[in-house]
Amino acid sequence: MSDALTITGLDCFYGEVQVLREFALDLRRGEVLCLLGRNGAGKTTALKAIMGLVPAHAGSIKLGDVELTDLPAYQVPKAGVAYVPQGRRLFSEMTVAENLDIGLMTRGKGAATREAVLELFPVLRERLKQRSGTLSGGEQQMLAMARALCVEPDVLLLDEPTEGLMPSMIARIRETVARLRERGVSTILVEQRVDAVLPVADRVAFIENGRNREIVDVQRLRDDPHLVRRYVGVG
Amino acid sequence: MSGAKAISLHVAVIILLFALNFLLPEYHHGVLARVMVFAVFAMGYALLFGYAGLLSLGHSMFFAAGMYGAALPVLHLGWSAPLAFVAGIAAGTALSLLIALLALRTTGVAFMIVTMMFAQVFYLAIIYFSPWTRGDEGFALDRQARIVDLGGNLVDLTNPTARYMIALLLFTIALFTMLRVVTSPFGRVLVAIRENEERTRMLGYNTFANKLVAVVVSGTVCAAAGAAYALLFGFAGAGFASVQYSILPLLWSLLGGAATTLGPALGALFMYYLVDITSGYTSAYLLFVGILLMLLVLFFPKGILGTARDRWARWLP
Repeated sequence: MSDALTITGLDCFYGEVQVLREFALDLRRGEVLCLLGRNGAGKTTALKAIMGLVPAHAGSIKLGDVELTDLPAYQVPKAGVAYVPQGRRLFSEMTVAENLDIGLMTRGKGAATREAVLELFPVLRERLKQRSGTLSGGEQQMLAMARALCVEPDVLLLDEPTEGLMPSMIARIRETVARLRERGVSTILVEQRVDAVLPVADRVAFIENGRNREIVDVQRLRDDPHLVRRYVGVG
Repeated sequence: MSGAKAISLHVAVIILLFALNFLLPEYHHGVLARVMVFAVFAMGYALLFGYAGLLSLGHSMFFAAGMYGAALPVLHLGWSAPLAFVAGIAAGTALSLLIALLALRTTGVAFMIVTMMFAQVFYLAIIYFSPWTRGDEGFALDRQARIVDLGGNLVDLTNPTARYMIALLLFTIALFTMLRVVTSPFGRVLVAIRENEERTRMLGYNTFANKLVAVVVSGTVCAAAGAAYALLFGFAGAGFASVQYSILPLLWSLLGGAATTLGPALGALFMYYLVDITSGYTSAYLLFVGILLMLLVLFFPKGILGTARDRWARWLP
């Protein structure tokens, strides 16, 4: 498989504090790559850097042949990267349909895309006229993902999508990620819990102190629990 | 379906206002014409405040830019009223573009303060150039200058019926422009920016460019109201550039419902008549105004139409 996204030598700072150090990553087409690491390791910063929300002081982020660090933040989704941040961040005063419309308008997508997205999240079809702030936590997560998918991204970035959700919802989110992989969408998934990752990821990157220490196939992770203990602190 | 309901409501409001021209006594003719012009001012303000979430305290300068942009050429250059009206709008558009480019470098409270400071500079400039602007006293326009030749038909803007109808025409154009804008993709992006600007940027929108357009459209509509006021009522004065005239559209919008198309107009109508009626009974009318406003805030926290939309009519734009 060729790479959908390639990060090399990425340095990022919050003020004086360096958060990412020579961060490197390759995301293959149609794979689910999980970033695992302790709190403050730099997982969310890596996603924000891809989206242009944290400036890159050095290094490169390439989506295919497009250098994303040259683009203003609002151009990154147009280039084909969608981001679902931690905490969902919906437009709570807007209805479900209006939230989806905002996503569709980004790249001028229409009814066909909307249908394809609603097929993935049938529960949203029944809630189209409901204000998004009144949805349950799981439904809000689905809407946040649905809105991101309305841009028909090549690369999807998910920041702790299962956080605070009940097990049945977590299973549905996983199922959706797996279906997106079948559709050829490459996904970077940030998680803190290993059990949330194993059923869906192809590879896992361990992040420590702003560096990508190691990338392993998920099978190796199953075989070697010491790896998880070493980087995340739990087994 | 909800779009059809909204259009029907807006058309009904225009028909009602048209009919009132034949039903109301002359005094209310004049009041309603003035209220309609102020309603246009409020609608322009509410586009920025209610939909884009940008709280400006400088919109009096856009109203005054339209007012002086129209009145000064009539006074000093003898321009015709239609040409002066266009000049007033152009002045407002140019000023709002300049102010937007500078003020949008800030957000939140800083934006509010910066817009207020620019408005204050504009107000002081009017006072400073009083040999031309007649400063605080202002100036009246000759009746002759307010007679418009429309294809051979002379329309006298001092005539109450003509004034009412032209105010209604302006109100109609502004109302349907607002309806078109807020229901367009651009209007939805403005609401998204109000809700969460960073999220909107993450979804692929140039939020600065969208806010810039919002300020310019808002300023242009307010300038149209200012130009119309000068030509319909024959007066321009520095008082219209004062901070009071930046607070009034904010108040009207809050009362009627800032993020609604009809709310600002309703707020302007409500406030105007509230002051008009209570001041007829007592010199302490502001006390009654204050109490009524408190009751409104308690029972209609999103303004009259904003709360109505939340509770009963989700289709209201």
